[in-house]
Amino acid sequence: MAAIELRGVVKRFGPITAVDGLDLDVPEGICLGLLGPNGAGKSTTMRLLTGQAIADAGELRVLGHELPGDAKAARAEMGVVPQLDNLDIDVTVEDNLAVFARLYRVRDVGAAVDRALDLARLRGRRRDAVDQLSGGMRRRLLLARGLVHDPKLILLDEPTVGLDPQIRTELWSLIDNLRSRGTTILMSTHYIEEAERLADEVAVMSAGKIISRGRPVELIAEHAGRQTAEVYGPPDRLAQVRATAEAHGLTVRPAGPAIAIVGSERADNGAFPDDAVLRAASLEDVFVMLTGEEAE
Amino acid sequence: MRRLEPAAIGGVMSREVANFRTYWRGTTFSSVLEPIVYLLAFGLGLSATLVDEVNGVPYIQFVGTGMVATAVIFSSALPAMFGTFVKHRFQNTYDAILAAPVDVEELVSAEMLWIGIRSGTYGCIPLLVTIGFGLDPAPGMLLVPLFCFVTALGFAGFGVAMAATVAKIDQFNYVTALCITPLFLVAGTFFPIEGLPEGVQVVAQLNPLHQLVELVRGGAFGFEAVDLARFAFLLGFALLTWRIAVRRMYARLID
Repeated sequence: MAAIELRGVVKRFGPITAVDGLDLDVPEGICLGLLGPNGAGKSTTMRLLTGQAIADAGELRVLGHELPGDAKAARAEMGVVPQLDNLDIDVTVEDNLAVFARLYRVRDVGAAVDRALDLARLRGRRRDAVDQLSGGMRRRLLLARGLVHDPKLILLDEPTVGLDPQIRTELWSLIDNLRSRGTTILMSTHYIEEAERLADEVAVMSAGKIISRGRPVELIAEHAGRQTAEVYGPPDRLAQVRATAEAHGLTVRPAGPAIAIVGSERADNGAFPDDAVLRAASLEDVFVMLTGEEAE
Repeated sequence: MRRLEPAAIGGVMSREVANFRTYWRGTTFSSVLEPIVYLLAFGLGLSATLVDEVNGVPYIQFVGTGMVATAVIFSSALPAMFGTFVKHRFQNTYDAILAAPVDVEELVSAEMLWIGIRSGTYGCIPLLVTIGFGLDPAPGMLLVPLFCFVTALGFAGFGVAMAATVAKIDQFNYVTALCITPLFLVAGTFFPIEGLPEGVQVVAQLNPLHQLVELVRGGAFGFEAVDLARFAFLLGFALLTWRIAVRRMYARLID
């Protein structure tokens, strides 16, 4: 059974269609990365899955529960880690966890709190108020709060947005632990590296739909080939290089100060200059080509 | 899953209790000090110079019993308005709660219940202070916490509904100036409403706070048959604002 099954889901906000005929299956036990630029409909999809947004059309089933009718039963079995920190900052670490253990009807609240504290590595700080914690500790607590009832499915909405690299790496290892324990994870992100490192499969979302899906290596092979050549230089030169490469039938995309010639292993002689930097094709190449947006 | 599950409501209330434990000292201090200051001012000022008695009751006892209603509206409507607004828009607390197996009806009911209990308790403080100023204890006073609780439920529902209605937090100024202050002033706390023009008297009868003032004075000086109708009115007020609050919050919280 799939943990999440969405068929033809549509969600409109006035004139804007945020989710536009979305089909999405998440099998049990995998980590699926929902990758897309800002405004692609990732957060709306997450809210639809918890019943905090009601779809205008389509079928939604989460852990066997039909939404929105059985959304409450579905929520009881899943954990949600929000994009924004919404901890109670004046309250202690353990009380933040205990409140959610009660909301999730956990029988032994004390044991659940201890388990969550271990997971967040915050046992020594249990009696401190949240506003005394560092940014990284708060993020770990936010993650542990969503896991306090040992859910079958976890929704991670942009789990590391706005964090510095060290905290990000720390959270990645926590998420990776969950994945290796077999918990189903749906993670929305607009960070390519995050999807590449954590996701078994990646679904690329754009304008409210999934436009491509597969394991990262498959997506790269299918859309970007093996090798990408990057050329740096002043804009005039880049325009020239681009024109030449496109004349040779190659795909070119902007890459910050450079241009990236995708699938450069298939290039004829002279299709791109000798000073190009060659690298393995990446998920970023796929993302930019599919969504037309520069990646972060 | 069923509607209005006690576990969900209790869970949301436990969050309020956890927060309350961090700020109860300040709240309790001001709740005790405020009626003392008022009664000292009125006792030393008004009752010594202008008014001695109202309807045979010493003025200080008249004001003291009336101030129960003041304590109730300020500890229910205002926390419901500001607390709900801040939790919803600034702290995203409700997003977190609604991601758990709690629905909007349970969330709103729990918020109202908690405010009702808290305000029902704090509402008794002016009465205790007035006893300290010479009011004789009476058995009817044992019902005062219940009267305060039910009235506070109604004003909590009103506050939650307002929080779900205003676009910005400073629009609460309109609510306070147009609703809370007039309700507080024409409740019969500081002067009997019988002295007001007839039209205003009719309006005052629709003021839940006035009904609470009359019930508290009933508890202190003797009930009348009409007090049953007053209590029924307060129950109806709580029921009405509860349904409005649930509906308005649902519209706000669920896309």
